[in-house]
Amino acid sequence: MKIGLFVPCYVNAIYPDVGIATYKLLDYLGLDVCYPVNQTCCGQPMANAGFEKEALELAMKFEKIFNQYDYIVAPSASCTAFVKYNYPSVIEDDNLPETSGKIYDVCEFIHDVVKPSKLPGRFPHKVSVHNSCHGVRELQLSSASELNIVRYSKIKNLLSMIEGIEIFEPAKVDECCGFGGMFAIEEPDVSVCMGEDKLGNHVATGAEYITGADSSCLMHLQGIAARKKSPIKFIHVVQILASGL
Amino acid sequence: MSTKHAKAAKRFIRNREQEQWHNETLWLVRQKRDNMAMRIPEWEELREQANRIKAHTVAELACYLEQFSSAAENNGAIVHWAKDAQEHNEIVYDILKQHQVKKLIKSKSMLTEECLLNPYLIDKGIEVVESDLGERILQLMGEHPSHIVMPAIHKKREEVGKLFEEKMDSEKDNSDPTYLTHIARKYLRKEFLTADAAMTGANFGIAQTGEVVVCTNEGNADMGTSLCKLHIVSMGIEKVIPDLKSLSVFTRLLARSATGQPSTTYTSHYRKPIEGGEMHIVIVDNGRSKIQHNFNYERILYCIRCGACMNTCPVYRRSGGYSYTYFIPGPIGINLGMLKSPKKYSDNLSACSLCYSCNNVCPVKVNLADQIYRWRQRLNLFHKASTTKKLMSKGMKFIFGHPALYGAVLKIAPIINHLPRFLVYNKLNAWGHGRELPRFAGKSFNSMWKKGKQLTINN
Repeated sequence: MKIGLFVPCYVNAIYPDVGIATYKLLDYLGLDVCYPVNQTCCGQPMANAGFEKEALELAMKFEKIFNQYDYIVAPSASCTAFVKYNYPSVIEDDNLPETSGKIYDVCEFIHDVVKPSKLPGRFPHKVSVHNSCHGVRELQLSSASELNIVRYSKIKNLLSMIEGIEIFEPAKVDECCGFGGMFAIEEPDVSVCMGEDKLGNHVATGAEYITGADSSCLMHLQGIAARKKSPIKFIHVVQILASGL
Repeated sequence: MSTKHAKAAKRFIRNREQEQWHNETLWLVRQKRDNMAMRIPEWEELREQANRIKAHTVAELACYLEQFSSAAENNGAIVHWAKDAQEHNEIVYDILKQHQVKKLIKSKSMLTEECLLNPYLIDKGIEVVESDLGERILQLMGEHPSHIVMPAIHKKREEVGKLFEEKMDSEKDNSDPTYLTHIARKYLRKEFLTADAAMTGANFGIAQTGEVVVCTNEGNADMGTSLCKLHIVSMGIEKVIPDLKSLSVFTRLLARSATGQPSTTYTSHYRKPIEGGEMHIVIVDNGRSKIQHNFNYERILYCIRCGACMNTCPVYRRSGGYSYTYFIPGPIGINLGMLKSPKKYSDNLSACSLCYSCNNVCPVKVNLADQIYRWRQRLNLFHKASTTKKLMSKGMKFIFGHPALYGAVLKIAPIINHLPRFLVYNKLNAWGHGRELPRFAGKSFNSMWKKGKQLTINN
C-alpha cells in the first residue's frame, strides 16, 4: 500500500511540524509513505473565491502527481474535502478524477483505514476540540450538530487513545470560526467577530490547547488569540497523536 | 474590495452589544429547532421525503398548477394568473376597486413584499394594515422585515414600547411583552372590524383539493378572513404540492424548522369563499418559471420559507437582515437575489464562509451553500468579481503552478516575520484587522524533507 503524503501549501510554510507529525505517525503505523516534492496547492483558495479557472491547472497537476498512489493522505480536512468533492466539477472530465476517490484526511485515514487499537504517548493536558466546518459537514469526521444522526467523533475517538488527555468541546460545538479562505479578508469584520466568539467558547472550556484537524481554522484562531494576548495554545490533532513517537 | 454587505456588516458590528444580542437570540431559535428535530427519530427521512416531493412537483409544475386551479375553481374560488409583480399588483387592485375596498387587512406574505404591493396600493388611496404583530410594528416604524419568519427580530422590546406609546397610547416606559401584546391586540381589533377585505399569503396550495394552507401563530389570518367577505390569496407558483398526504410531511417540518414549535398555532385550510363572499387566488410567477428550467439552481424553488438557514448562518446572525441588499436576507436570500438579478445583488455573495450549516438545517435539503459557491464562479461573467480577489487568485496560481518558484517563496517567506509592524499591519492588510499574521516557520516542510528525512524526521 503506497501512500502519497500531501502537505498543503500553508501547512508547508507555517506549520511544517504538522507535516512531520503526519509522516512520523504514518511511518510508525508501518505504512509506505512518499512525499512527491513537486506538489504545491490543491487550488481551494482560488475556487472558493470564485476562480475555479485558476484552480484547474493546479487540480490537473495534483491529479498527475498523486494518482499513482493507493491513498493520498493530508493533514487538512478542508483541502481533502476540496479534492474529494470539488475536483469533479473543477476538472469537468468525463472520467472522475482518481484523486477524489483516494484522498483522506489523516485523522479519517487512521480512524477508518488503519484502525490502530492503541497509540503510544502521553499528553497530560486539557484540550478543546475544534470541529471544522469542512471536517464535520463535508468529511463527516464527527456528527454534524444540525443532523438527527447517532453522535460520534472520529477525532475524539483517536485522541482518547492518548494517555492523560482530557477532552472538551466548546459551546456551539461546530459553528464556523470565520476563516473561510478569502472570506476572512473580504468580510473582515464578520470574520473577526466569528473568530473572537469561537475563541471565547474554546477558552471557556478551561482547556490549555485548542486542537483540530484543520490547521487553517487553527491559524485563524491563533491570529485572534495573539492579538488578544490570550495564553491558549494551538496544536494539530496529529501532533498529539504523534506525541509519543 | 469591500462589498456592500461587508460595509453594512461593519456598521452592524460596531454596536457589539446589539450584535451579540441579535446573534444569541437567533441562536436560541436554532437550538429550539435542534430540540424539535432531535425528538423525531425519522427527521432525516422526513427531510428526504420533503425534498423528493418538491423535486417531483417542480418537475411537473405545470400539471399540478392546472390541477390546483381547476380544483380551486370547482370549489368556487376565482383564480388569476400574474406573470410578474406589476400584473400581480394590478390584479389585486382591480379586485379591491370592484369591491370599493377602502381598507385592506393583511396577514404576513413575503410574496407581497417581493411585489412591493403595499406602496402600490397606498399610492392608489387604499389603506393597508399589516396584522402580523412583527409586520405591524415595522409598518408603523416605516421599516422592512429583517427576517422572513420573525420580521422584527432585530427590534428590542423597549423600542416597541416607545413606538406603542407614540402610536397606541400605551403606558409610558412599559415594555412588558404581555402588556404590549394586549395593547396591540386591542388596537388591531379595531382594524379587523373596519377592514373591507383580507389578504393572506399561502404556505401551500394543494393540487388535489384546490385549497390554500396558511400557517400563522397569531390567528391574524383567520381573524381577517372570517370578518371580511372578500379574501385575496397571493401565492407563488412554487407553493403548489400534490395532495394532503404530502402536506403532512411539510407541516411536520415547517414550524419545527422555523421556530422550534411542533406546529404553528394555526394551520388554516381555505377551500372556498365564506357564504356570500368571494375568494380570489392570484398565482404569481415573477421569474420563478425561469428558475424551474435552470438545472443548477432549480432547488431554490423547493424552499418553504422557514428561515432556518438564517438562524443558523453565522454571518447572518452577526450582520443582521439589513446588511443584505436583497429584501430576503441570509443564505436563501443571497441565492434568490442572484436569481432575480445577478448584477444588482452580487454584493451579498461575500456573506458566506461556506460553512455548509444551512444545507444541513434546510428541511427540504436545498443545497444553499453549493449554490453560493457556483454563483461565485460566475461573477466574472457579469464583471462583478472583486479585482483584488482575482489578482490574488492569479498570483497564487502563478506561484503554485511553478514548483521551483513555490520552493523559493517558501524559503524567503520567513522574512515577513521580521518586517517592521507598520509595513505589515496597515489598511491594505484586511487580515491584520483584529488578527495577528501567522508566523512562517524558519524551515518549511519542503526544506526539511529535502535535507533528508533521516536527519530531520526520523530522529
